[in-house]
Amino acid sequence: MNRTAIAAIYRNEMARFFRTLAQSFISPVLSASLYFVVFGAAIGSRIDEVEGVSYGAFIVPGLIMLTVMTQAISNASFGIYFPKFIGTFNELLSAPLNFLEIVIGYAGAAATKSMFIGIIILITSFFFVDLQIAHPLAMVVFLVLTCVSFALFGFIIGIWAGNFEQLQLIPLLVITPLVFLGGSFYSISMLPPVWQTISMFNPVVYLISGFRWAFFGVADVPIGLSLLAIGAFTAACLGVVAFIFKTGWRIRQ
Amino acid sequence: MPTILSIKNLRKSYKGGFEALKDVSLDIEEGEIIALLGPNGAGKTTLISTICGITMPTSGTVTVAGYDIITGFRAARSMIGLVPQEIALEPFEKVINSVRFSRGLFGKPRMDGVVEDVLKRLSLWDKRNAQILELSGGMKRRVLIAKALAHEPRVLFLDEPTAGVDVELRKDMWGIVEQLRADGVTTVLTTHYIEEAEAIADRVGVINKGEILLVEDKDKLMARMGKKQLEVQLTAQLGAIPDALSAYDLTLGDGGHTLIYSYDTKSERTGITRLLKDVADAGLSLRDVVTRQSSLEDIFVTLVSEKGERDQ
Ligand SMILES: Nc1ncnc2c1ncn2[C@@H]1O[C@H](COP(=O)(O)OP(=O)(O)O)[C@@H](O)[C@H]1O
Ligand SMILES: [Mg+2]
Repeated sequence: MNRTAIAAIYRNEMARFFRTLAQSFISPVLSASLYFVVFGAAIGSRIDEVEGVSYGAFIVPGLIMLTVMTQAISNASFGIYFPKFIGTFNELLSAPLNFLEIVIGYAGAAATKSMFIGIIILITSFFFVDLQIAHPLAMVVFLVLTCVSFALFGFIIGIWAGNFEQLQLIPLLVITPLVFLGGSFYSISMLPPVWQTISMFNPVVYLISGFRWAFFGVADVPIGLSLLAIGAFTAACLGVVAFIFKTGWRIRQ
Repeated sequence: MPTILSIKNLRKSYKGGFEALKDVSLDIEEGEIIALLGPNGAGKTTLISTICGITMPTSGTVTVAGYDIITGFRAARSMIGLVPQEIALEPFEKVINSVRFSRGLFGKPRMDGVVEDVLKRLSLWDKRNAQILELSGGMKRRVLIAKALAHEPRVLFLDEPTAGVDVELRKDMWGIVEQLRADGVTTVLTTHYIEEAEAIADRVGVINKGEILLVEDKDKLMARMGKKQLEVQLTAQLGAIPDALSAYDLTLGDGGHTLIYSYDTKSERTGITRLLKDVADAGLSLRDVVTRQSSLEDIFVTLVSEKGERDQ
């Protein structure tokens, strides 16, 4: 393991994050605050409680998950696509590094950034709603696994993408709808039966449900299933990473 | 001198089947400066990229100080510094951070003294806190060299380092390469400028269409192929070489207005004095006398065209 190199990549990525602090921090926090105002205060005042939780509090886990997932993907995919685009990727290829070390550096930094943002939103939400966390340890486990797995997923997208359109394609066409329909702002039980069934095919439902369980002890699906889902997704991403590592797919000609 | 870089039967076919390197073999000695000379598309960048790990070889082996570039890639690559042909730098990064990053990437612990030394050597110390995007093209090229030297490599690859660079910077760069040689660094540079190879290389390799046509000591090459020519321009036109001059290796040029005499600059007697006397004795009057030394360029053109003829 070239630990020095992993640290160099990680630090370099984090430095870029702090250099563009406004974009990387303030915008997700601002949009989260807007959600609180619109959904929590305006609409929430007309919805009493969902599953025994005030609506403002109810949306907090979903909001964190939504932000963390999209941030992890966009940070990781951009983080590795940018060097490919400007040509500095060749320096990585010529360094005494293997692919795994590149992944740890880039995906690790992206996971860290998205976790930071997730925590900031959690802190922000304390200003808007009355919040208690029932299972803090489970919350941390879900948060970390989500950040890591979606950073890996974003990294894979960044390796695969041949242009900026492709870089945006999967987050836009697949992730955003899945996340919005994943129960961030509602309980699956509020849907008509047909849509409840369809929702069971949306993997994001399991993640948000599990994360919400960690907060309030209530869930749409059993917590074991949620853990299984996030575990399976992480494993799938690691599988693809291993495949790229073995074959050099989209890496070396 | 021991061999530091050994290339054996290296082939590289790109996707689509184009064979950019055809069975390249080359040994490079520690501490030398070798110039790979070839026209655009010859395969120079492909050769360097394959050695440095940017592209995968199709077959053949390369070792750096005995370490195979595939099985011993960590040891092999940590000894190599690469200055790529294309300028590729993170625009918003500070110069010094970019150089530090390169050092870390190659697994070397942070040592500010080394980075400072490299930056000073490249006249970048004053610009260390500037963002890359503020720099001129020449300065960016210096940053690329600084990044390549940051981990103290034993072999430095310079891929067309002076293409599109002004004369002053070119001279500077040659000076840097000389200095690196004094430190024992081996330098492999590619160029399509003959003067560059002539100016700084110890050995010259000529590469064209993915093949190495020749590798030779530069001075020997110049001596062997660097014949000098004496052109004797006449007032009268000749139909053939006069019998009185048949002892010399002469050809007629310029439609019979010029006698061309090839001679070896390195030999004791060039035969010029006698030739000129015999020309006068033959009753020919001279208009002018010109000498011409063939440059590496002529040698190169000759080699490439000879090769082309053989292939046909
Ligand atoms: N990525 C690539 N895919 C296909 N062909 C390539 C690629 N890179 C270079 N080539 C081809 O390989 C040949 C050698 O290119 P290159 O090594 O860049 O030459 P040089 O550096 O000597 O100018 C050229 O004909 C070029 O078109
Ligand atoms: Mg080239």
